[in-house]
Amino acid sequence: MKIAIPMDENQKNVCVSFGRAPYFLFHDTDTNTAELLSNPAASATGGAGIQAAQFAVDNGANALITVRLGQNAADVLLAADIKVYKAAQGSAEENLASFSQGKLQALESFHPGFHGNV
Amino acid sequence: MKIAVLSGKGGTGKTFVSVNLAAVAANTAYIDCDAEEPNGYLFLKPEEEQTEIVYTTVPVFDAHTCDGCRKCVDFCHFNALAFVKGRPKVFPEICHACGGCTLVCPRGAVTEEKRAIGTVSQGVSNGIPIVTAALNLGEASAVPIIRAAVQKAGDNAVIDSSPGSGCPVTESVSGADYCLLVAEPTAFGLHNLRMVHELVTLLHKPYGVIVNKSNGIYQPLEDYCGKNRIPILLRIQYSKKIAKISAGGALAVNHSAEMRRLFEILWETTSQQVEQ
Repeated sequence: MKIAIPMDENQKNVCVSFGRAPYFLFHDTDTNTAELLSNPAASATGGAGIQAAQFAVDNGANALITVRLGQNAADVLLAADIKVYKAAQGSAEENLASFSQGKLQALESFHPGFHGNV
Repeated sequence: MKIAVLSGKGGTGKTFVSVNLAAVAANTAYIDCDAEEPNGYLFLKPEEEQTEIVYTTVPVFDAHTCDGCRKCVDFCHFNALAFVKGRPKVFPEICHACGGCTLVCPRGAVTEEKRAIGTVSQGVSNGIPIVTAALNLGEASAVPIIRAAVQKAGDNAVIDSSPGSGCPVTESVSGADYCLLVAEPTAFGLHNLRMVHELVTLLHKPYGVIVNKSNGIYQPLEDYCGKNRIPILLRIQYSKKIAKISAGGALAVNHSAEMRRLFEILWETTSQQVEQ
């Protein structure tokens, strides 16, 4: 399966923002390979959460590990049957390890988003 | 003559200036374009209000006609469309109703449906027409409601804009003959004045500044106005008495002879500026 993680500028930690994260890490658990891609939604004028979720969908993600998620992005991901997990403290690598041990909780509450007032 | 009142930040005194100016002006409507939280009606207390609903449009995709080509989703620059399981999914509150998806669909699978996003109310206060734009809770864009409100302005109006310098403000001032920029004499106030100054310059609108809550001179603001040749039309001193009158929902010009005189002068000066 393919796991998507929004990544910080340092390319190591999970970014607290989903839509505006500078990078996304796509980790393939079958081949144990990873790809770090620039997030096209990082500089979107609006709807960044939707665009970032679309990016995860288009890259074939099956699961997402994130600190938080807006309702619109959640709507896209859930419609695409992507499972969403709450990131724990630490690096993306540590989170992937926790995920494989089944230690990450499903993220079930979503914030209303920061859109508007553009 | 249409006068728009704007400021880069909230709480600067746009509504204070707008309602008092409208009260001393002759045959001039008051248009509240601060649709996210209109409050001019608290001071002007319109009667015989009539409210109409403002709609926007939102695309609806026919599941049978759509073949999932994705052209609409790729076209949407507002990211109001997502593409999931081979079909477009719309996010109504992100949609700007531009109609682009309808145009680019090669199969004619898109129709547009009406969606209510707020209201425009019209009433009268002491002979002054009062128009209030109000956005429904949870909606992201007030622009269509502001557009509907300013269309009701007639020839003479004071337009009370929303704060900031984004799309709602641009829409509020688009039809104005003159812009009054309300600023506080602080570093934050100057920063926000720069933003609205840039906006009115871009829109080629004539403008002047009102310094509100002006206790003493804030030199950087004076320097900025001097350097850019921005006329300062009025300075309103901070006064506890005036603050109390406003907090009580009353018009300062009705309770203070000095305020009435100041706003009459402002109206006169502004009228002269428009004539130039």
